[in-house]
Amino acid sequence: MRVHAKRALALVTGLLLPAVVMADWTMNMTPGVTGTSNQIFSLHMTILWICVAIGVVVFGVMFWSIFAHRKSQGHKAANFHENTLVEVLWTAIPFAILVAMAVPATATLIEMYDTTESEVDIKITGYQWRWQYEYINDGFGYFSSLSTPRDQIENRQAKGENYLLEVDKPLVIPVGKKVRFLLTANDVIHSWWVPEFGVKKDAIPGFINETWTRVDEPGIYRGQCTELCGKDHGFMPVVVEAVPEEEYVAWVAEQKEAAEAERQLTQKDWTLDELIERGEKAEAVPEEEYVAWVAEQKEAAEAERQLTQKDWTLDELIERGEKAYASACASCHQPNGAGMPPAFPALKGSPIATGDMAAHIDIVVNGVSGTAMQAFGGQLSEVDLAAVITYERNAWGNNTGEMVTPKEIFDFNNKE
Amino acid sequence: MSAVADTHNQEHHHGPAKGISRWLLTTNHKDIGSMYLIFSFAMFLLGGSMAMVIRAELFQPGLQIVQPEFFNQMTTMHGLIMVFGAVMPAFVGLANWMLPLMIGAPDMALPRMNNWSFWLLPCAFLILVSTLFMEGGAPNFGWTFYAPLSTTYGPPSTTFFIFAIHIMGVSSIMGAINVIATILNLRAPGMTLMKMPLFVWTWLITAFLLIAVMPVLAGAVTMMLMDINFGTSFFDASGGGDPVLFQHVFWFFGHPEVYIMILPAFGAISHIVPAFSRKPLFGYPSMVYATGAIALLSFLVWAHHMFTVGIPLAGQLFFMYATLLIAVPTGVKVFNWVTTMFRGSLSFEAPMLFAVAFIILFSIGGFSGLMLAIAPADFQYHDTYFVVAHFHYVLVPGAIFGIFASAYFWLPKWTGNMYDETLAKTHFWLSFVGMNLAFFPMHFLGLAGMPRRIPDYALQFADFNMVSSIGAFMFGVTQLLFLFIVVKCARGGEKAPAKPWDGAEGLEWTVPSPAPYHTFTTPPEVK
Repeated sequence: MRVHAKRALALVTGLLLPAVVMADWTMNMTPGVTGTSNQIFSLHMTILWICVAIGVVVFGVMFWSIFAHRKSQGHKAANFHENTLVEVLWTAIPFAILVAMAVPATATLIEMYDTTESEVDIKITGYQWRWQYEYINDGFGYFSSLSTPRDQIENRQAKGENYLLEVDKPLVIPVGKKVRFLLTANDVIHSWWVPEFGVKKDAIPGFINETWTRVDEPGIYRGQCTELCGKDHGFMPVVVEAVPEEEYVAWVAEQKEAAEAERQLTQKDWTLDELIERGEKAEAVPEEEYVAWVAEQKEAAEAERQLTQKDWTLDELIERGEKAYASACASCHQPNGAGMPPAFPALKGSPIATGDMAAHIDIVVNGVSGTAMQAFGGQLSEVDLAAVITYERNAWGNNTGEMVTPKEIFDFNNKE
Repeated sequence: MSAVADTHNQEHHHGPAKGISRWLLTTNHKDIGSMYLIFSFAMFLLGGSMAMVIRAELFQPGLQIVQPEFFNQMTTMHGLIMVFGAVMPAFVGLANWMLPLMIGAPDMALPRMNNWSFWLLPCAFLILVSTLFMEGGAPNFGWTFYAPLSTTYGPPSTTFFIFAIHIMGVSSIMGAINVIATILNLRAPGMTLMKMPLFVWTWLITAFLLIAVMPVLAGAVTMMLMDINFGTSFFDASGGGDPVLFQHVFWFFGHPEVYIMILPAFGAISHIVPAFSRKPLFGYPSMVYATGAIALLSFLVWAHHMFTVGIPLAGQLFFMYATLLIAVPTGVKVFNWVTTMFRGSLSFEAPMLFAVAFIILFSIGGFSGLMLAIAPADFQYHDTYFVVAHFHYVLVPGAIFGIFASAYFWLPKWTGNMYDETLAKTHFWLSFVGMNLAFFPMHFLGLAGMPRRIPDYALQFADFNMVSSIGAFMFGVTQLLFLFIVVKCARGGEKAPAKPWDGAEGLEWTVPSPAPYHTFTTPPEVK
């Protein structure tokens, strides 16, 4: 018997020891870094201590009875079964405690609901399974998705420090400013939560919810989606980078520029003459400045041509498509194209991916309403769309040998 | 002519029929009660094994055993089976066995409907469980099945799930009608409403809750059915519908539902605590009023499950205040039980152990409920493991321990034999330790920021998850011991007297043990 006990102990210790060594036994809520989260923390601690106090009194009486009023100790039962005074008291006192609790809770709630006078507005849209952040005052936005490698999730690689709590592009907000979030969703209900801000709000399709925060400490803050949103609900983290004002302004300028470049690139088929003409109309400038400007425009036009009109080869598209597929498509249709039927059909050998090209472009660009297949037209660039479609038509034995160029996607979009 | 012959036949037919037809065709409340209890225990083991899959996957970070989509099916089916298959039928089984014995009635008022409402249940669960083997898998949208995840984005098996819910609802409503008809019509002469045993009172109120809210659930799933199969847009925003409407309708059912799962346990505990304290229940009238108040308030608090959906400030405040108010009658009940024990003459047989654990641990669940009611703090707690800890603390040591306490309390009456006290105490202590080990660390996980319903988690949550899984395995395995104890007790053992507990009160202890197939054919007189 003793041997067994020793073995069991050794087993339990063996199992628990690594845990103890890693020891992160956080037991309480974080006070966080915002006024709201600190107020919530203090409400939480107050109500917790009230509960502890009530528990000590009630369980105290109970344990006293358990120890002192046992039949085995020869205790004789009393026979009372009512006492109006006591009953009135233990109705009235809890009621008073609850009123005392409700007062500060009400004040905090009113403040949390005050989204007026915000200085930055950001629209957050939940997708299966990533977040889109749009800086609606500055006209740019981007998607933010999990960046933890699949190999870590499937235990083929050691897990990193921020396992499952890291993204490719975090949300960036300025320190010390009131930032208003407008939340909605594209497919199912999601919920956006950053514990250290004390901000959690559901993102619901067809609704726009409002909430706000003001962060005083620069830093990186991590949270997760908290409303079950399907298969990869556990894999859509929220990462927010709070930066000082100047850094934020510079970052916004850079993003605006990039967004503008992207727009130039994809929205119009610019020719060099058009650009020069447009430049002349806009302003008269000294010659050297003009020459430099023209050179710049030529370069930009060339870059654009490279992307949309350049002679893409099948291999180039497949290579780029494989990356885009991994980030946008693989979570449902699987890296091997086998899908998870019936919700997520296989692409390998599918009639769409091996059949009519126009139907394939249409389904990727416009999605299929009423199903989990989203419209990727607004989510991926023309180049990525072309690459993904080409990849799908040539990977996993779908060796159609067919390709679609970014230009064709561009024309498809314009035709619509 | 044939009617006369039938009557004549029945007069000679006192004992149970032989073979399978006894169980298929029975209208006897004791047989039907036993079938309900056996069925619910089978469902408890099935739902429990799904919990074991969940805890095994969460034992360590990373995906080891199941893929996320199957994990979601497990959490969904675990919740549905435990709520609709284990807890609710167990209480209906207790009601079937005990209500007629407690009020001095010969049987339930509507015995044929009683048979039908039981036999619907295996059919409903056969359909529900069969979805696991369908293409696309079982429902994977959580037991709360929020639209549009459960409609537009649901698996093809959702329609079967809806059908199963409808059948369960029909069964529950018929069971509730039967309970009300029995209690209001078949009480022994002299048993006024305020002389009814508390288990009868709490079941009467529970039955009214069931009749009020099961049709609401049926409405919610019918709207889903229309959205999925008939092109309506009740919950589809792109068709002008409203996903939040689903949550309002669901929780208008869902909150009274949680009281449906706990009020009968309150009643049973109110018998067991006085019996083993050898002292009358303290504050019987206030117990009745408190139960009524909890039931009424349960209709006014549904949106506290929805504090983060963006309801207006005024709504937020109303639902916060109404929810806090429920603490008052619930507190009264706890104080009454503790005062019943105070200055009693206590002994701690298995029913009392489970009852005392019920009071302590249910109160802890009540405390976390109070914390969750504070709307601003709920923004941090909502949809985290703190909520998982909260409702498992009210359901496991609440509903489930209440059922165990009742089972040990009345097993001698049902089987005519005493159960093995040593094994029963072992069952209690292993369950108690396992349950706390499984669910207490979940409070910490939730406060540290772990969302619920995720198959994999960040590294800082690893330690408590491992502890929790070990506790869950311990609790799960322990329940096989309960099965062994009950089977052993049914097969033999020390003969039980009519009243095996010296402090117990009530008509059920006036009939012999085991209770004969027909009891109270002549109503007793209650003074």
